[in-house]
Amino acid sequence: MTTAGLLFRRELALAWGGGGGPLMALAFLAAVTAALPLTAGPSPAGLAGVAGGATFVSLALSSLLSLDRLFERDLEDGSLELLALGPLPLEGVAAVKCAAQWTATGAPLALAAPIAAVALGAPILAAPIIAAVSALGGLAFAFVGGAGAAVALASRRGGVLIAVIVLPLLIPPMIFGGAAIWAFTEKLPWTTSFALLAAYSLAALGLAPFAMAAACKNALS
Amino acid sequence: MIAALANPHRFMAFSRWAAPILGALAAILICAGLALGFAAPPDYQQGETVRIMFIHVPAAWAAMIAYGCLGIASFSYLVFRHALADAAAKAAAPLGAAFTLMALVTGSFWGRPMWGAWWVWDARLTSVLALFLLFVGYIALRAAIDDEAKAARAAAILALVGLINLPIIKFSVDWWNTLHQGESIFRAGGPTLAPVYLAPLALAGFGYIAAFASLWLVRTRAEVWRRRSANLALQAATR
Amino acid sequence: MITALRLRSVGVRRGERLLFDGLDLDLGGGDAVALVGPNGSGKTSLLRVVAGFIAPLCGAVTFEDGKGPVEPAEARRADCHMVGHQDGLKAGRTAREELRFWSLWTGSDGRGVAAAAERLGVERILDLEVRQLSAGQRRRVALARLIAAPRSLWLLDEALAPLDAACRALFGEIMTGHLQAGGLILAAAHDPLPTPARRLELGA
Repeated sequence: MTTAGLLFRRELALAWGGGGGPLMALAFLAAVTAALPLTAGPSPAGLAGVAGGATFVSLALSSLLSLDRLFERDLEDGSLELLALGPLPLEGVAAVKCAAQWTATGAPLALAAPIAAVALGAPILAAPIIAAVSALGGLAFAFVGGAGAAVALASRRGGVLIAVIVLPLLIPPMIFGGAAIWAFTEKLPWTTSFALLAAYSLAALGLAPFAMAAACKNALS
Repeated sequence: MIAALANPHRFMAFSRWAAPILGALAAILICAGLALGFAAPPDYQQGETVRIMFIHVPAAWAAMIAYGCLGIASFSYLVFRHALADAAAKAAAPLGAAFTLMALVTGSFWGRPMWGAWWVWDARLTSVLALFLLFVGYIALRAAIDDEAKAARAAAILALVGLINLPIIKFSVDWWNTLHQGESIFRAGGPTLAPVYLAPLALAGFGYIAAFASLWLVRTRAEVWRRRSANLALQAATR
Repeated sequence: MITALRLRSVGVRRGERLLFDGLDLDLGGGDAVALVGPNGSGKTSLLRVVAGFIAPLCGAVTFEDGKGPVEPAEARRADCHMVGHQDGLKAGRTAREELRFWSLWTGSDGRGVAAAAERLGVERILDLEVRQLSAGQRRRVALARLIAAPRSLWLLDEALAPLDAACRALFGEIMTGHLQAGGLILAAAHDPLPTPARRLELGA
């Protein structure tokens, strides 16, 4: 097993361990989805128009949840230093952590998102596009979110700080993903939006690890 | 010139005369711009309220330039490790946030008579809002980290990440605006600019930039002094 | 395979304080150096400079293998163990899982885990969760890592503090064995090390 694979399996086990990682995120998604009709009224016409967008927003917020656990725990118990003294450079460690985060919470959320959207009144035919957009968007949320989590590491005050830092950076994937869903449901061309989302996620995948590694080294110094 | 300014002593000497001169220049340019702006004929669509443009648009420009300066200062700090670069970055952020807030508030006042709503989600206002959030994130991060050196580096990394994202955010917001164009009641980018408004707008624009430069120099000087005095206090305490 | 560690004119500043400057140190295979000094004199900082976490204010840290200088990042990632104030063990996992992960991570094939645990007397608690272990037991599991995956340079920061006298003596034997096999030890400690070592005094 490669070292990356070793770390990936450990991160996955840790995410699913203490308190069922994906279950918490899914419960949060359900709660936030329910908040919309509770606050704005349950009229189907009103909800259907924003179903796709609201689901995507809830998805973004749900992925912010476990961000402060990404590096903070390792910094607290000394694991981050040991990871830095391993065969994988810190950029690789960061990338594997975000990939594991996405697999543990982002992917289950992407599967649950169509259900939430349909519950809000989105057409069932939109389910595949919602799942695909949520999966790709979730990748961007995990990596850009990871950059925010790493930068906020030295503060030991994660949570809301990370959200404040990360949310403006998530505007492009939110726009592209939301546009893809909206265009699909309006029977308009959606492939450009989807391609832009894919481009953004791949760029985040490639570039964020460098920011994360630099920020982790800063926190370790 | 920038390299020459990197020396703190030379910077302090330079900014001592540069800041007031830039401030005076800013005052002159802004007054000239506003005077011309008020002298110009009212817009056939917006009437007198078009004048707010001379306060709102330059503020948005200054805000974006402020973030650019923040990014450059952060980059210099990360690459060259100049403490002065970090002081400049720290000084630029609240200034940028203030200009952004001004742009948002004046934009809202400008929009009310034109669009009938206190806030509209058009491309420029939404971009400026995103910029405001970027500034707030930077300031919050710096404030949340106790160790000054770590705070400086972490914030510098964030500023660079923000700088890279800024054109992407701008592009995505503009693109989003054109996508939903059919549902809006105003044209993308705001009204086209009549030539008679160009001169006052340019004057006000340069005036705001000069004002930012002047205030930035002043705040950076204050930051340098603050660090020096903190250093002296620490040395006195540990003697 | 690190055979030498050299520090030349190393200076470290933390915050606004200059901790030390102009520090020279040479460690060869089989050498142990104990860093002594009052709290705040820079023992931990020096260890972290060697580990590459802190950049020194001035000076250089070089690693050599038998053939010549080695790229420091390479040396640290491939051949350096660090035991700091914390154990690096996740509370919800079993000691066996953690020991196995760290030994695999630091380059072994995982087969040394049982023997290492036995050497440190923790073989019977391996299947307990880390949160159920006492501080001394956790420290012994963390130290087992050092022999489960062999690496030349050991950086120990007050590593023996939670251990009782018997465990210290036991670990002293382990350290002596490591030195005899050509390993290097740089350790910060308030109490004398349980193995013969040169002293380097900081903050004097």
